[in-house]
Amino acid sequence: MRLADLVVAAVLALLGGVVLYDAARLGVGWGLEGPQSGFFPFWLAVTLIGVSLGVFLQALVRGPAKAFVTRERLRPVLKVLLPVAGFIVLTDPPGPLTGLGLYVAAAFYLGFYMRWVGRHDWRAVVALSIVVPVITFFIFEKWFLVPMPKGPVEDWFGY
Amino acid sequence: MGLENLLLGFQVAITPTNLFIAVVGITLGTIIGVLPGLGGANGVAILLPLTFTMPPTSAIILLTSLYWGALFGGAITSVLFNIPGEPWSVATTFDGYPLARQGHSGQALTAAFTSSFVGAFFSIVLITFFAPILAEIALKFGPPEFFAIQFLTFSSFVGLGGGNPLKSLASILIGFILASVGLDIVTGQLRLTFGFTDLMKGFDFIVAVIGLFGIGEILLSVEEGLKFQGARTAMNLRVVLDTWKILPRYYRTFIRGSVIGFWMGFKPGGATPASFMSYAFAKRFSKNPERFGKGEIEGIVAPETAAHAAGVAAMLPMITLGIPGSPTAAVMLGGLIIWGLQPGPMLFVDNPEFVWGLIASMYTGNVIGVLMVLAFVPFFAAILRIPFAILTPLIVIVCAIGSYAVHNSMIDIWYMLIFGVVGYVFKKLDYPLAPLVLALVLGDLAENALRQSLIMSQGSLTIFLTRPIAGAITAVAIFFFLLPAITPWWRRLRGLPAAAPAPRET
Repeated sequence: MRLADLVVAAVLALLGGVVLYDAARLGVGWGLEGPQSGFFPFWLAVTLIGVSLGVFLQALVRGPAKAFVTRERLRPVLKVLLPVAGFIVLTDPPGPLTGLGLYVAAAFYLGFYMRWVGRHDWRAVVALSIVVPVITFFIFEKWFLVPMPKGPVEDWFGY
Repeated sequence: MGLENLLLGFQVAITPTNLFIAVVGITLGTIIGVLPGLGGANGVAILLPLTFTMPPTSAIILLTSLYWGALFGGAITSVLFNIPGEPWSVATTFDGYPLARQGHSGQALTAAFTSSFVGAFFSIVLITFFAPILAEIALKFGPPEFFAIQFLTFSSFVGLGGGNPLKSLASILIGFILASVGLDIVTGQLRLTFGFTDLMKGFDFIVAVIGLFGIGEILLSVEEGLKFQGARTAMNLRVVLDTWKILPRYYRTFIRGSVIGFWMGFKPGGATPASFMSYAFAKRFSKNPERFGKGEIEGIVAPETAAHAAGVAAMLPMITLGIPGSPTAAVMLGGLIIWGLQPGPMLFVDNPEFVWGLIASMYTGNVIGVLMVLAFVPFFAAILRIPFAILTPLIVIVCAIGSYAVHNSMIDIWYMLIFGVVGYVFKKLDYPLAPLVLALVLGDLAENALRQSLIMSQGSLTIFLTRPIAGAITAVAIFFFLLPAITPWWRRLRGLPAAAPAPRET
């Protein structure tokens, strides 16, 4: 826990430094019409760096030596986190590739997760993976008129 | 005179059509409130085009009912899943979720809805009778008073939050820094974007809330080996009546929450700080502060009462002055203009049936609302019985949709994931998340108030101390900031043992 505390405090101080750098570029003083753009971020950054130093010293002096996360407890966390990342990539990968759209990606994600983690019956997996995206499609696209990223399947249905 | 006008209003609000519209609005609003990311403002904006063909009074009843519904709905996911549907229901998760985990979700929801109703009702009564006087007070608020109020809100996190004050302060600062990313609306300069176009529109608090609380909580729960399955809820009339028997005990919390909420409701974003402030005060004045955060009913009563009192009070400056007190009220104000009405004090003179119909509909809407949500609680509690491996992806999918819907941009879904990891790490290291979100929500407003105040005083910070209202508020805020430093010293002086570290509220 102590190491994580030290690392986070250091990262926050670094964040403060980045803000400070940009604030200096924008001007931190008094402009023609009051405080310049960098004024508020500058003082935020200065305080953040000070506070991070305080947290750093606190952790150094009396941080508990307990591990931040053990290997076996990290596994379930990654088991949730990685499929979510996969779902986002399937929806619309960064870069020039086109994705499957949110609804189809959601179908794969839900089905995969149900089967892999929940070991649900294949019939339930297939049924829910179809029904849930279809219902969400109608709720959001039709009822609330909020367009979601769409892919070739929606194209094929004419949306 | 007030009563006469109110009667006129009720004649408008209690027509079968308008009652039906209220029911529809509350149903839609509750659903919107339950879905994280689809807030009241969003819902009102989406429905606004549908109201152009309706008479203005019916239209405003539909939109305000949607707003009451969203206010009620926000509590449901907070209690059942620890995912606040709205920023003002963040504080409701602190005790609502632990109670649900202990199998008392029925009790928690009943307390939440009842408190919402009490807070809302208090504000409606005040709006009815004291609107002109209170509007006059709100008129005197300039930028320095506004900034002082913000300062007070954040000082209460550091001073009354009970955790590590340095980490609370760090959270607040990170929130403000995230809020300053993007276009500086005063000078038109780009801040902290470093040439990335995606950073130009900044970070939206909805995405941050969804990531930090929604995704972060899922990660934390699976690490602790907990499944989402709550205890089976016995939710029936009996639970409701039993809870109602306990609630009068917290009359002080109800009154305090209502007053805080109503007072804070004037200013933009008031419901969220009001809910946190009310929670902090309830904890401070409680005989059992150590029970807060572990499933204390009072910890639900305090924020819900204040949030709803504030949510309703936010309508007051909109109808009396034409200044919206909340984002949702701002959208409604846009509607008013489209319907051909002139917002502001003249509305009372020119369109009394509209103003008083609206005020009367606040009574009917909230009565219908509380009855409806109480009746449908078993339906919401049934959501708890969905297996974990289905519920997790469902929540993630809805969270992703909510994040995307804010700006129709993919990058927000990635932000959601990043905020999720940050939320997980921060929660483990005891950095409170609530002040971060609040600072992100209020960042622009606070900065503008600060800059305007400094322009007024030509750069002197003494403006926050020399103006009477701002000065009094600032003094209290400074006291709260110093409280963590004073308390150990004071305890030693009085010969008391050093305080045990209070449980974190997020």
